[in-house]
Amino acid sequence: MYNRSVTCTVNGKKRTFMIDVRSSLSDMLRGEAGLDSIKHGCDVGECGACTVLIDGKPFNSCIYLAVWAEGKTILTLEGLSTTQGTISDIQQAFIDEGAVQCGFCTPGFIMASIPIIESDIPASRDEIKRQIAGNLCRCTGYEHIVDAIEKTQKKRIAERTR
Amino acid sequence: MYNFKTLYEATSVAEALKLKANHPEALFLAGGSDILIKIREGRLAGVDLINIYMLDELRGICLEKDGSILIRPLTSFTDVAMHPVIKEHLPVLGEAVNTIGGPQIRNIGTIGGNICNGVPSADSAITLKAYDAVLEIVSTEGTRILPYADFNLGFGKVDLGPTELLAGIRIPKASWENTYGHYIKYSMRKAMDIATLGCSVNVKLAKDKQSIDQLRIAFGVAAPIPIRTPKAEELAKGETITKALIDRIGEAVLEDVNPRSSWRASKEFRLQLIEELAKRATVEAIKKAGGTINV
Repeated sequence: MYNRSVTCTVNGKKRTFMIDVRSSLSDMLRGEAGLDSIKHGCDVGECGACTVLIDGKPFNSCIYLAVWAEGKTILTLEGLSTTQGTISDIQQAFIDEGAVQCGFCTPGFIMASIPIIESDIPASRDEIKRQIAGNLCRCTGYEHIVDAIEKTQKKRIAERTR
Repeated sequence: MYNFKTLYEATSVAEALKLKANHPEALFLAGGSDILIKIREGRLAGVDLINIYMLDELRGICLEKDGSILIRPLTSFTDVAMHPVIKEHLPVLGEAVNTIGGPQIRNIGTIGGNICNGVPSADSAITLKAYDAVLEIVSTEGTRILPYADFNLGFGKVDLGPTELLAGIRIPKASWENTYGHYIKYSMRKAMDIATLGCSVNVKLAKDKQSIDQLRIAFGVAAPIPIRTPKAEELAKGETITKALIDRIGEAVLEDVNPRSSWRASKEFRLQLIEELAKRATVEAIKKAGGTINV
């Protein structure tokens, strides 16, 4: 039953969706907006595969009601690449460092890492691990993921201080 | 899609209370990291919900004129941990809520939801209990003030009537001033885990920092509800800080606890944790207060 409209900014564009009030944000963004980077993994907020940024902070979209998105600014993995399909530095770093195997968890990890790479305060490897503690990966053993985030963070800090 | 029946959407606290008075069986929905998951698992399938998550009047932290710290219930764990008032006056509460879940859970989970859920493992509850927090509970009938000490009635049960809403958590000035706290969460994993045992200790030392003016110890998962240990607190009053005193405190806390065996840990292991964590957290709190442990 599509009985409620929600207006929010998704990847830079203001959009209005007609939804069932019982929808999660992941239902709305994956189902209605076709943003397939959002994975329905555990659906109970444990695996992080559905992570998106809401007003700059990482949230599990599977346990976030779609109606709460009203007026919010949302960024998904699709919003990181250009319309021509050029990927961002953090995505490239995941490829270069071998941080992707099956790839199911990758969008969630990349979204969870955005606050780290955008921060001016360098994070230690332990701090990076703390920041991605809400995301599960069953393939890589995490080390390559931490490598990719660390590398991109250093690159971004160097670019900003240049 | 979530399997709930009706979502009543409140646009103000007054409206939320009216909705609750008309639909007392409906549950208030804050961050949903407990309720939405129970709906998903089927345990709360088909419930009616009153959505209060959007109510910004229930969000935020401030230092009031009388010096008390007021925490509104919808403040997220991340916002509690990052707030300058908490960092300056009650850092142990920030440290405690920083042990919850992972970043995504700390962004959605609320401190009010954590304590209204009524489970003994709630990381924020243990420290709030250790600081004698006072709750402001509202309904269409008015406001009532309740010491947090009297709030938990049993496992998962709290003193909230069918038409009532938690509107504020207050730490009186006398409770946080010159007081230094330490929280230890013992869990199997460093993140995304529930406490096997939680211990929050705070101390106020005498001027010369040689003896204890006030000691407060609270435990989570040491009984069906978060508890304090009055016998140990009483024996420490006015005592000179020595290694022997720390050992006596460790023994005395055992008199006030009642842990059980669960799949997480046995009763015996919990008893060992209770004694050891009480000692370690007391030592750390004393160090933060500028005291030293005389051998």
